[in-house]
Amino acid sequence: MFSYIAKRLLQSIPVLFIIATLTFFMVRLAPGKPFDGERNMSPEVRKQLMAYYGFDKPLWEQYVIHMKQLLKGDFGMSQKYTNRRVNDVIKETFPVSCKIGLLALAFAMVFGLIAGIIASLRPNSMSDYVPMSLAMAGICLPTFVLGPLLVLVFAIKLHWFNSSGWFVPGDCVLPAMTLGGFYAAYIARLSRGGMLEILGQDFIRTARAKGASPKRVIFKHACKGGLLPIVSFLGPTIAGLLTGSFVVEKIFQLPGIGQFFVTSATNRDCSMTEGLVIFFAVLIIGLNLLADVILVLLNPKLRFE
Amino acid sequence: MPAVPELEAAIEVAQKDIEAGTSLWRDAFHRLAKNKLAMAGAVFLALLFLACFVLPFCGIQSYETTDMSLGPTLPSAKHWFGTDVLGRDLFSRVLFGGRISLSVGIAATVVSLIIGVLYGAISGYFGGKLDMVMMRIVDILYALPYTIFVILLMVLFNRSILLLFLVIGAVEWLNMARIVRGQVMALRKQEFIEAAVALGLRKRRIILRHMIPNTLGIVVVYATLTVPGIMLLEAFLSFLGFGVQPPMSSWGTLIDEGAKRMEEYPWLLLFPALFFSATLFSLNFLGDGLRDALDVRASKD
Repeated sequence: MFSYIAKRLLQSIPVLFIIATLTFFMVRLAPGKPFDGERNMSPEVRKQLMAYYGFDKPLWEQYVIHMKQLLKGDFGMSQKYTNRRVNDVIKETFPVSCKIGLLALAFAMVFGLIAGIIASLRPNSMSDYVPMSLAMAGICLPTFVLGPLLVLVFAIKLHWFNSSGWFVPGDCVLPAMTLGGFYAAYIARLSRGGMLEILGQDFIRTARAKGASPKRVIFKHACKGGLLPIVSFLGPTIAGLLTGSFVVEKIFQLPGIGQFFVTSATNRDCSMTEGLVIFFAVLIIGLNLLADVILVLLNPKLRFE
Repeated sequence: MPAVPELEAAIEVAQKDIEAGTSLWRDAFHRLAKNKLAMAGAVFLALLFLACFVLPFCGIQSYETTDMSLGPTLPSAKHWFGTDVLGRDLFSRVLFGGRISLSVGIAATVVSLIIGVLYGAISGYFGGKLDMVMMRIVDILYALPYTIFVILLMVLFNRSILLLFLVIGAVEWLNMARIVRGQVMALRKQEFIEAAVALGLRKRRIILRHMIPNTLGIVVVYATLTVPGIMLLEAFLSFLGFGVQPPMSSWGTLIDEGAKRMEEYPWLLLFPALFFSATLFSLNFLGDGLRDALDVRASKD
């Protein structure tokens, strides 16, 4: 197990290196320079600022400095927000995104699993069709459609929640539902499929024959194998929740990290863009690794590979 | 010709008897035709294509024509879906938007198909060291947070629609490459490939004429499922403001505009959202149906 984790960690080093290099050259070589947006800036001031942030040095030298900084875990100073370090921006805004993401994940797991298991118990009956049609709708409604629709119904017509903002605890309900909706639907489909496959197997029949109660058969015997597909879906889910939060933060005007990523690229805020891309990459790779480790722990078949 | 139903039926039966067997594709089509949901999806998509690509040439109001005196109006006989804030006819905007969304979806899928199929076929056919290197590259690319890269590219390089095709197509080929590689590796061991090698055919010919056509079934299925994924990505980008630029509009931009105005004019959100979701629905159902129809293993049970 340890050798597996070590191997995966080693593998992720070149990936991160490639991401850092690619982002660096993409941002620096793209048309448009930092401070282009500042109209009333005299050439002297601009030159001073460029020198302050090290943009006057040759590109390879900038690259070396940038990589050294990254190794220390320092993403540098923002060029748009004077005197703010990128690390501080992440520290302030990421908890908001993280909270929405975790709530969405919880929402997706709870509702997806319940719907999927219920549907798998009586296939091709009403208790199968109703949750599965809902799941199909959930898959086909993208976040940017679902979000505004939820706002329209629950905030504007029914006044149950605020339509935007981040002030009271209730404010995270609609964002989490929007973000988690698709994944709830997908998990429902996956768990139904997995459970159906397992419930048809011999050991379930044996368990029933031995007089295990239906509850015990479902939760003790079937769930173990039937829910494995969901664990392998965890990796993509996490990556999707992270990028999906950009849209949700825009719809509900939340002070999360997604907005910074989007505006930093438009503002040509080099350090911010580079820093956030690396941050997201580390996050996604790390969480993917975690999901894979859980999968291997739960599935003995994979342990030997 | 006077129709004699009994005779025609008899001829039909006779013809059926003559036919020795049915091809894979005919078989698949019959199975698909039985799947009501998939057929409904196919019919909807066909109608949508007609509407989006033909109707705009039949003299409906242009999507750009503004009528400030009109402003936003509810759906009426003249404007079926109502008009937006600038008095533009929403029906034609939805159709034109559909044209862009569908084009992006299909064009990017084609790009991803070409790259993915060739890459996967080469990797799977040659195997060994080359395969290992090629698949390691795919693994590394897989680990990249590509949505973030797409956003970055779109912002940095001026949002051209051509770039949008290329960028999305270039990131979506990875799955295709993996699938085709697996198929080719399985095919490589079969007798007809051995026969082709024995005949002295060149590798290029074997790959292009013998390998790739035999992977087409699964490629078609996967392509049908890639189109909605790409349309979602395009709409996602447009919603964030990185997609096509006004006065052109894709469904993503229309939904974005509608979402901003939904409090006063909900129909501006509802119609584009309805069309977008219905299209995704149809593509998914059609893809699932095709998979059931073409994948013999799955359809046996």
